[in-house]
Amino acid sequence: MVGELVAVPVLLPLFAAGLKLAIGGRSRRLQALISVVTLSAVLVVSLLLLAAADTGGPLAAHVGGWAPPVGIALVADRLSSLMLVVSSAVTLCVMIYSLAQAYADQEYAAPLAIFHPAYLIMVAGVSDAFLSGDLFNLFVAFEMLLSGSYVLLTFGGTESRIRAGATYVLIGLASSLLFLVGIAVSYGATGTVSMAQLAERFQVLPDYLKLLVELTLLLVFVVKAAIFPMSAWLPDSYPTAPAPATALFAGLLTKVGIYSVIRLEALLFPGGPVSVLLMWAALLTMLVGIFGAVAQTDIKRMLSFTLVSHIGYMVFGVGLSTVAGMSGAVFYVVHHITVQTSLFLVTGLIERRAGTTSLDDLGGLMRLAPVIAVLFFVPAMNLAGIPPMSGFLGKLNLVQAGVAVGGALPFLLVAGGLVTSLLTLYAMATAWSKAFWRAPAPGTADRAGTVLESEETTLTRAPGTEGITGGEIVTSTTMPAPMLGATTALVVLGLSYTVLAGPLSALTRRTAEELIAREPYISAVLGSTR
Amino acid sequence: MTVSLVPFVASGTLVAAGVALLLERSLVRLLVGVILLGNGVNLLIVLAGGPAGEPPILGVSPRERMADPLPQAMVLTSLVITLGVTAFLLAMVHRSWQLTGGDEVQDDTEDRRVRLRARRGELARSVLARREAYRNLVRQQRAELARLDAARRERERRDAEEASEEASKEGGSERAARLRAEFARREREQAAREREIRRRLRRRRRQARAEMREAIRQDRERQARAQDPELEGDD
Repeated sequence: MVGELVAVPVLLPLFAAGLKLAIGGRSRRLQALISVVTLSAVLVVSLLLLAAADTGGPLAAHVGGWAPPVGIALVADRLSSLMLVVSSAVTLCVMIYSLAQAYADQEYAAPLAIFHPAYLIMVAGVSDAFLSGDLFNLFVAFEMLLSGSYVLLTFGGTESRIRAGATYVLIGLASSLLFLVGIAVSYGATGTVSMAQLAERFQVLPDYLKLLVELTLLLVFVVKAAIFPMSAWLPDSYPTAPAPATALFAGLLTKVGIYSVIRLEALLFPGGPVSVLLMWAALLTMLVGIFGAVAQTDIKRMLSFTLVSHIGYMVFGVGLSTVAGMSGAVFYVVHHITVQTSLFLVTGLIERRAGTTSLDDLGGLMRLAPVIAVLFFVPAMNLAGIPPMSGFLGKLNLVQAGVAVGGALPFLLVAGGLVTSLLTLYAMATAWSKAFWRAPAPGTADRAGTVLESEETTLTRAPGTEGITGGEIVTSTTMPAPMLGATTALVVLGLSYTVLAGPLSALTRRTAEELIAREPYISAVLGSTR
Repeated sequence: MTVSLVPFVASGTLVAAGVALLLERSLVRLLVGVILLGNGVNLLIVLAGGPAGEPPILGVSPRERMADPLPQAMVLTSLVITLGVTAFLLAMVHRSWQLTGGDEVQDDTEDRRVRLRARRGELARSVLARREAYRNLVRQQRAELARLDAARRERERRDAEEASEEASKEGGSERAARLRAEFARREREQAAREREIRRRLRRRRRQARAEMREAIRQDRERQARAQDPELEGDD
């Protein structure tokens, strides 16, 4: 029964996107309802899939009823369905946030007619990437989520967004074409694109050919995941997008890259010399990213650099290629999706309150907006890894996994991870003390556009910043309840990983065991035909 | 089985040309590069399907002579996708042309920040240089004034000596009075001249200070602009 649901997380958002494009800018309530219901349904289905995959092993659906190796398979194993659960929870919260923002700012038409369909197509692409059991379908999934993100990133077509978008689109195109090269080479070598079959057939290839295919595909995923030295595009393009879009990109898109790296390393090419390469990349990603973050004076740019930096932790776990390492990486992915998205959402709130995200101009938000201050502080400390939050637990898992493996390189990575954690704390504390702790700069209250004692909302447009549609951003002293609620929900979700640490770690460990074993995945897809 | 080398060479050439164009800065060239690259890669996928064969339709051609249909399906899909994204890129080129009048890919924010930081260093150095020049001017003026003072003291001493000498030589009270009057007149003239010189010096110093302050203010303004990378256009 549940097996039939595997395709729903892909089909439902696509269907909703088509429906919304047909409706256009009309009937706002219906539009909002469609978005929220769709994403809630995806969340529920993902939870069902996770429960089923955890108890009964991987579920596979064969699209169009084609027999396994020929047709496209959608597979929900523990890793896929766990990713789906987290991603759909995050997409639901961000959708509610962006809806509330559009309503509060009275910008209805463009968000509903373009923003939402692009958003839903991106969600469908992300789900498809997580579920895909077919290399070519993974390419299609990437293209789906990328086309959605192209639209979201260049939304409004302002000069800075077009500038950032040019880099982003070209990087996306180039890496997609490289992906096609990888697919062509692996099809030429093995005669299949089904991942389960590839996993078996790659093993009998000569070593040099195996390495060639692996490196080509790895390079593609490294670009998508923004792992150093392929990370330069990310901090340049993400900060200019609308706040909800940046939050979603930060949470999901790079994690799709990480997910693909995990699949590649665990399922298609287990073992091998590439894990050493990955560990070095992880070390450099962590350090280069966090040094970049420390140098920034804008919250969005700083968060983009910490995003790059913390990707390194996940690659570290993958590079260890032990059960503990993989488990740590998966736990970290879950933690990081939630926390990074909530930080970007809070940054959106800060921008709305103060009209800027520049740390030089912000000040006194602790007094002006204590709720935002708390909402920023908690995920910031979570990201830095203050006990007992999930950031600490995730880093602890990885450190333990690294120490258990032993050897010079893992210990170097453990040290690098600890330094990165410390510098993250430094960057977050700097942002906190500048934006929230110090006395408000004269004129901050004016820029917010309202008299402080007044309760009624006044909308003003602050110069130099861009709102959802690329116009000047709306600032206000009152935050719409759904915006605050969505952000709070994500912050609380991030905190709940501490309470649920036991079951969650057990789940990620089972996930890692399943990944390392490989057999459950392959037999679920190929079934009786082998 | 023989394999024709021509399609592989064609695919390689297309990819090489595409990569070369991707290294350009003009968006239109980048677009052409992407198209060439895409065609090269799609050709590669077709080649991955093995040798040419008959149309893969059941009942039309025998199974063993059919071409592999899967790469063809994949190429169709990737063609459509490349087409869509290329169209999007073209729209972006147009928008970029509308906004900036050109189609160059612009420097990213980080590059600009690095460049602006260098420029800020230059500005700070020029402020220091201006201050130093002003200090030098003040020092010169002080030296000049000191020289004037010394010269006056010397003259007074000489005049006094002269007066007392002449007074003692002639002893005439009338002559002494004349000399004293003469001396007082010279003294007055000298004082007026000195006042004039001092006034001129003061004016020059005031002017120099005002100039320096103005220059520093302008530098500071440029610095403030330089700190905001988005405010300043590309050069």
